[in-house]
Amino acid sequence: MEKETDIENCKKVLLGEFEPVISAKNLTKTFGHFTAVDSISFDVAKGEIFGFLGANGAGKTTAMRMLCGLLKPTSGKGKVAGYDIEKQSEQVKKNIGYMSQKFSLSEDLRVWENIRLYAGIYGVHEREIAPRTDELLRQLGFESEKNSLVKSLPLGWKQKLAFSVSIFHNPKIVFLDEPTGGVDPAARRQFWELIYQAADRGITVFVTTHYMDEAEYCNRVCILVDGRIEAIDLPRNLKEQFNVKSMDEVFQQMARKATRKAD
Amino acid sequence: MSVIESKNLSKNYFSAKSGKFAGIGLRLSGDPKSPSGDLGDGLCFEVDKGEIYGIIGPDGAGKTTLFRILTTLLLPDSGTATVDGFDVVKDFKKIRSRVGYMPGRFSLYQDLTVEENLKVFASIFNTTIEENYHLIKDIYQHIEPFKTRRAGALSGGMKQKLALSCALIHKPSVLFLDEPTTGVDPVSRKEFWEMLKKLKSEGITILVSTPYMDEASLCDRIALIQNGEFLTIDSPQNIVNKFNKILWSVHSNNMSKLLNDLRSHAGVGVCYAFGDTHHITVVDEKLTINTLSDFLQEKDHKDVVISKIEATVEDCFMELAIPKN
Repeated sequence: MEKETDIENCKKVLLGEFEPVISAKNLTKTFGHFTAVDSISFDVAKGEIFGFLGANGAGKTTAMRMLCGLLKPTSGKGKVAGYDIEKQSEQVKKNIGYMSQKFSLSEDLRVWENIRLYAGIYGVHEREIAPRTDELLRQLGFESEKNSLVKSLPLGWKQKLAFSVSIFHNPKIVFLDEPTGGVDPAARRQFWELIYQAADRGITVFVTTHYMDEAEYCNRVCILVDGRIEAIDLPRNLKEQFNVKSMDEVFQQMARKATRKAD
Repeated sequence: MSVIESKNLSKNYFSAKSGKFAGIGLRLSGDPKSPSGDLGDGLCFEVDKGEIYGIIGPDGAGKTTLFRILTTLLLPDSGTATVDGFDVVKDFKKIRSRVGYMPGRFSLYQDLTVEENLKVFASIFNTTIEENYHLIKDIYQHIEPFKTRRAGALSGGMKQKLALSCALIHKPSVLFLDEPTTGVDPVSRKEFWEMLKKLKSEGITILVSTPYMDEASLCDRIALIQNGEFLTIDSPQNIVNKFNKILWSVHSNNMSKLLNDLRSHAGVGVCYAFGDTHHITVVDEKLTINTLSDFLQEKDHKDVVISKIEATVEDCFMELAIPKN
């Protein structure tokens, strides 16, 4: 769902008119003889929803971990929120949000306790936390669940809550690693409406997904094959280029080129 | 011949958070000749031999509970069910020896290697890898190069292939797959379904749950389940044919705003994103494509494209799953 302003933003980034919020230059990570991420370069604009696609084992998570300051690149450079991912990784971590299927909320804490915990970790001001928690739960329609243990919530709710917690400290960028895995079609759509709201607030969204209908919802997508960027463009342009109707068909054609046997 | 059948099966959990009754109450009946007049709240549900049967529903609908009851891992509160002619309570040992179960969560031994895991499962069922190698060959050869690697160190796609191999090594007559492709990329998912078709041709009955609607349409029959009740059971084609709403797809230059604008229109029933367009059901029969197009242009939408479309299984699911305007 391209918004005109975002396309303009993307164009500006490509033309070098202002500094992007994420930029990677020849970013590479090797494990022994295995090159997981092979010299990738790209820029992401402020407020953009950037889809990062690829088969299992294509290197998505490794690339994302480097951008989040969790893993040092073997070579190449990266800047996130204006900070160098290698030399200023602590600054990077303070200015981003992160959510994955695996790393989520604390199951044995209540809903409000989870918000309190993560808000505290990210340094949200003590006075702000309680009123903003109520405000958030009201927006999500979760007021009645404030005191529920997270483990008692359905998966779709947990994921919506995990996303809201990951942007509670108003980060410049949020990284989402397969946020909607295993969620039914109705809950996935509700989740994406939250992503739009975040992007409208100016939060840049960097998201990986295996659902190709979700790839259509991104402003731009990047397709990773065997650790390399094979394509990076608006979904519309990719479909035109491959002369197909859906991102699924684009993906099937691109990913079949893979020679890596990670699966 | 029915492979799975039961009567008035139910499992209830008292949900502490809402105080609501959340569980499943279903009745499965395998004998087509049995009288079906007194079905109560449940629905008749039978799985034929060699069928790929999809259980489709939102999170918390009761899919996993149903799988656990049928694989004898959970006792029903009431009712009976049979799998392959055996009662899930009385004959649980017999059922366990003839079904394969791949739970949604990876449940193999992380500290054993690929090959050791497979050997464990084969020996538990008094068989060997060699005896049924032909069944798992297509799947296992993808991971055989890594057979000395510990299972915990495998990638997601490899774990899934190992889990399926382990569930198949004793040549089960019924295979239970609980969301086998969650987190798996689109290419591997296609390969996985090719494998299921092969297993079906070997006469293995497959009960599978999935959140992917494109996979639902690959099943012979699907049951849409919600809040522990079956909403409908039919072939994917018939479910689509039964969709009786007018369905349009709408596109404009501002898709995010379009969602809200469409929802504000009284003639629109439900509206949701669907890939690069939004789908809407039309509740006002007088509404025409031209009048809706004019309405949207007044709201500053450009490049508006509206077309009448045929429903997919996903549209049928959305119709059932999301609240109306």
